[in-house]
Amino acid sequence: MSTYTQKKGFGATLWDYLTTVDHKKIAILYLIAGGIFFVLGGLEAMFIRIQLAVPNNDFVSAGLYNEILTMHGTTMIFLAAMPLVFAFMNAVVPLQIGARDVAFPFLNSLGFWLFFFGGVFLNLSWFLGGAPDAGWTSYASLSLASEGHGIDFYTLGLQISGAGTLIGGINFLVTIINMRTPGMTYMRMPLFTWSSFVVSALILFAFPPLTVGLFLMIFDRLFGANFFDVANGGNTIIWEHLFWIFGHPEVYILILPAFGIFSEIFATFSRKRLFGYSSMVFATVLIGFLGFMVWAHHMFTTGLGPIANAIFAVATMAIAVPTGIKIFNWLFTMWGGSISFTTPMLYAIAFIPSFVAGGVTGIMNAAASADYQFHDSYFVVAHFHYVIVGGVVLGLLAGTHFYWPKMFGTMLNEFLGKITFWLFLIGFHLTFFIQHFLGLMGMPRRIFTFLPGQGLETGNMISTVGAFFMAVAVVILLINVVITQVKNVQVGNDPWGDGRTLEWAIPSPPPFYNFKQLPLVRGLDAYWLEKMEGKKGMTPAEPIGDIHMPNSSFIPFMISFGLFVAAFGAMYRVDYSWGLPVLVIGMLITILSMAVRSVKDDHGFHIHKEDLMNDDDKGGKA
Amino acid sequence: MKRLAKWRLFSLFTIMTLILSGCGEPFLSTLRPAGEVAKTQYDLMLLSTAIMVGVIVVVTLIFLIVIFKFRRKDEKIPKQVEGSHTLEIIWTVIPIILLLILAVPTVTSTFKLADVSPMEELNENGERDVLVVNVRANLYWWEFEYPDQKIVTSQDLVVPTGERVYFNIKASDVKHSFWIPAVGGKMDTNTDGVNKFWLEFDQEAANEAGDLFYGKCAELCGPSHALMDFKVKALPRAEFDQWVTAMQDVEDPAKAETPLAQQGQEIFNNSCIGCHAVTPSNSAPEAARLAPNLSNFGERSRIAGILDYNEEELKNWLRDPEVYKPGNKMTGTYGQLSEEELDALAEYLMNLKVQD
Amino acid sequence: MAAEEKMTLETWPASPEKQTLEGKNKFLGFWLFLGGETVLFASLFATYLALKDKVPSAEHALAKDLFELPLVFVATMLLLTSSLTSVYAMYHMKNFNFKKMQLWLGITVLLGLAFLLLEIYEFNHYVHEFGHTFTSSAFGSAFYTLVGFHGGHVAFGLLWITTLMIRNSKRGLNLYNAPKFYVASLYWHFIDVVWVFIFTVVYLMGMVG
Repeated sequence: MSTYTQKKGFGATLWDYLTTVDHKKIAILYLIAGGIFFVLGGLEAMFIRIQLAVPNNDFVSAGLYNEILTMHGTTMIFLAAMPLVFAFMNAVVPLQIGARDVAFPFLNSLGFWLFFFGGVFLNLSWFLGGAPDAGWTSYASLSLASEGHGIDFYTLGLQISGAGTLIGGINFLVTIINMRTPGMTYMRMPLFTWSSFVVSALILFAFPPLTVGLFLMIFDRLFGANFFDVANGGNTIIWEHLFWIFGHPEVYILILPAFGIFSEIFATFSRKRLFGYSSMVFATVLIGFLGFMVWAHHMFTTGLGPIANAIFAVATMAIAVPTGIKIFNWLFTMWGGSISFTTPMLYAIAFIPSFVAGGVTGIMNAAASADYQFHDSYFVVAHFHYVIVGGVVLGLLAGTHFYWPKMFGTMLNEFLGKITFWLFLIGFHLTFFIQHFLGLMGMPRRIFTFLPGQGLETGNMISTVGAFFMAVAVVILLINVVITQVKNVQVGNDPWGDGRTLEWAIPSPPPFYNFKQLPLVRGLDAYWLEKMEGKKGMTPAEPIGDIHMPNSSFIPFMISFGLFVAAFGAMYRVDYSWGLPVLVIGMLITILSMAVRSVKDDHGFHIHKEDLMNDDDKGGKA
Repeated sequence: MKRLAKWRLFSLFTIMTLILSGCGEPFLSTLRPAGEVAKTQYDLMLLSTAIMVGVIVVVTLIFLIVIFKFRRKDEKIPKQVEGSHTLEIIWTVIPIILLLILAVPTVTSTFKLADVSPMEELNENGERDVLVVNVRANLYWWEFEYPDQKIVTSQDLVVPTGERVYFNIKASDVKHSFWIPAVGGKMDTNTDGVNKFWLEFDQEAANEAGDLFYGKCAELCGPSHALMDFKVKALPRAEFDQWVTAMQDVEDPAKAETPLAQQGQEIFNNSCIGCHAVTPSNSAPEAARLAPNLSNFGERSRIAGILDYNEEELKNWLRDPEVYKPGNKMTGTYGQLSEEELDALAEYLMNLKVQD
Repeated sequence: MAAEEKMTLETWPASPEKQTLEGKNKFLGFWLFLGGETVLFASLFATYLALKDKVPSAEHALAKDLFELPLVFVATMLLLTSSLTSVYAMYHMKNFNFKKMQLWLGITVLLGLAFLLLEIYEFNHYVHEFGHTFTSSAFGSAFYTLVGFHGGHVAFGLLWITTLMIRNSKRGLNLYNAPKFYVASLYWHFIDVVWVFIFTVVYLMGMVG
């Protein structure tokens, strides 16, 4: 990104990124946007921990605290973890399957801009009368009672960004099914691609219930409907079901890509193929499938009755089996291997005990009758942070270090990387381990303060100290990024030296068409196989020929922008007369942009054979 | 290595602190079970923890061997192993067995804790043999109605020990969750319908906890969610019966005795009685019971569920409830009270007692 | 074979919608999208069933008071027929008969339009005769949301097919627009299938009580 930027000037680069349909650039956009939201969500987390450091603290007020906790959860799940997952899916999956781009480059860009505008809309609530304050779960009775427009920012913002995610999911499904290079059979796909595949299917089936739930909430709050208004026949439990039918698979949507990243890292830095590849694939699919059968374990105390609770308890426990298979397969991938402790590998190694701890507390939560004690207490807070931070965030940090050279052509500093790692790991356990006990000692979740004399002081103080470790770790990571990009030392195809999959066979960053000639895949770990036979690169599967590429387009930006405008209209329609026209104008911008896209033929362009021949293998200009 | 050693020392310290702080307070902690429900849940916690620690030990063992034994020493390429069916069967079957061991008590206890059939059973007199309490959660306060005894109280739940007490629970505004950690797991109070469950309060544990268990709202319900506490007075059956009789005996609002209290009663009747009742046999419909019943306010353990029970705190609360419970429904419903009025009101309220 | 190339009956392939990679992607992607739409409608159906006849007081009309079978039956027939006519259109598309394809698509659009008008009449009837509105009860909200989402899909489908017909009226069929026509008709079938469920779950089951 760097050298090219300087040559091109800021305006041109900006326009390039606003209109790009290249999966590698979209990956960078996701990484930057997701990174910014991650820092925002982290700040909110720090406010939470400062407020809870001592009893009866008044660092933030009660109402503001609820806004912060809501935005922390919502931001981290929807605006940080999801886009960062998409960043790596975009950066890596097409390369791993030997494709020149995703199936729908235009939709890929649309997906990003929808997410981006949804996220911006949601966060503008801070400046426009207050953020949502009913928790990221936004249970219906509380969110209907919530005053101001906070909840409307939540529903409309998530609706827009959710649409982007759904589009992304479909895109990756089609990409993986249709765009694999010759020889790349399903059972030769790298595990990150497999997990992206399963995750995309989960997105496809999990997001529509959220869409419906959000619509119902929007209709209730802004258009006078009565879905959750008990006095008019409504029922708030519908929201809980719809939310968790989405919400539980969402957890797997986040964790499976992390599993995929770790699988690549374990194999790479142990110099060994993944142990039990086929059972890993099977376990991934099974986790995805079971993920849809267990949503009601979030509702054990709602009063669904013992039959439902018992069924969902047992179904939930079943998920432990495929997850356990994965853990042991990772351990045995390293067994007998030749382990090199690089930063990504450190994250991967630390992930195993951290995630096992999160997993076993998950099983404890699954025991319905015991969960009556755990539910909505800090035990649950500890559990899901062990899973999401100990699993997803460690995975994303590992992925950042591991794939940074492939995305930017430079290596993050290993020394700083290891400092980040140790600070983050120590801070993480310090923050969350103690929270298990706080919960068991009777501390409910989502409380803005606690009274002295309940035995909760020490634990909360320790937890807050831990949070600062994590904050420092993130700051060091950011410094590392800046230093690395300023130094700008370019690296070659396979900077880790042990790359196994196709992405390491091409330059870092890859040229914008990825593969000059599509590679022929002869087995699992395609690049490794060639290397072991002493070859330098992949055997091509086709002669050099013209490459068909899609055109850049500004339309995705406009479509998303229209919805962004319309969301303001829908929201302020209840207060001001200008709301309705704004809603109409916004929808018109979107629909007209779609019509332009539909009516204007876009055949893309061809890179001619001669130009390809002249292009030396120096690498691309991401 | 050094780093690892430090890390271990550190975790040792963490564990030490935990042991020192014990398992939490006897009136609040789920780790000090004070009744049949909490005990059942505690046993299940122990069982699941034992199984899970077993799993962790195995994983950690393999983990440690792996990261110490298989560090990169040379540039040799290790043997590429595809997998092992035997191993895979082992780590599929053993977890299934472990989960079955956990699943059986989970399912049986889930059904046991949901058994509320005695609530429906009537004896030959057409009465219930068991005690039933209707819990109604409101924005930041709790109402406890004893339908068979025809009395209502608030904030301090009074129950007999050594028997199963059955609860009908619901919310009147937004969703809350009814939780007495030391005595048993929680149940949500929905706005849509009534949930039922039971708890049992252990006498010995109650003594240890100072006869007063802490109750919490466990579901985010608004700004003062954290402050929506209540207390549970667990008494031997005989004392409980006395309390019930005393409550039932109050037919009219208690007459204030001192002149100051009489003045307070006048203020109360002008400004407060619209929402707060002072007779336990409150026959008003639920929707009209807008605020805690104060018949036995003089016997409460806390002011507003959170403040120490003394006159000063009561006056602080009355002066500006918003400071203590942001977003409560009482703020602004009565005019500014002068210091004299506060004194009088406090005097009156603190003397509202049903037992001597 | 470039997508925009001029085709003849002889060069026209058997499955023109899946001839190019773009077409193949579109075909698969759209099927997957319909999978997501199925879950969307399933959620709406579940909501409707949970809130059916849930009204604040006895004065409100219930499902059995509202629905009239003849009207709904006519609407159903219109939509089912339009699905059939879109099949004819795709038959002619595959045979490279652009004019006949346009004709049958035109008929499809007209039938869809008639369905939509009937639905508008129906809603209007419920609002004015029974006071059954979007805001009158949870039942009303759920009914209008479910049936209205379907109606919205119909309206979007009409707009889409019409746009396609106008855009391509001058240039005929090629491998670039064949997948577009194909997925539009797929969408139309999906709308039809959803309606069959609405007819059964909302109307027939509603009449039974």
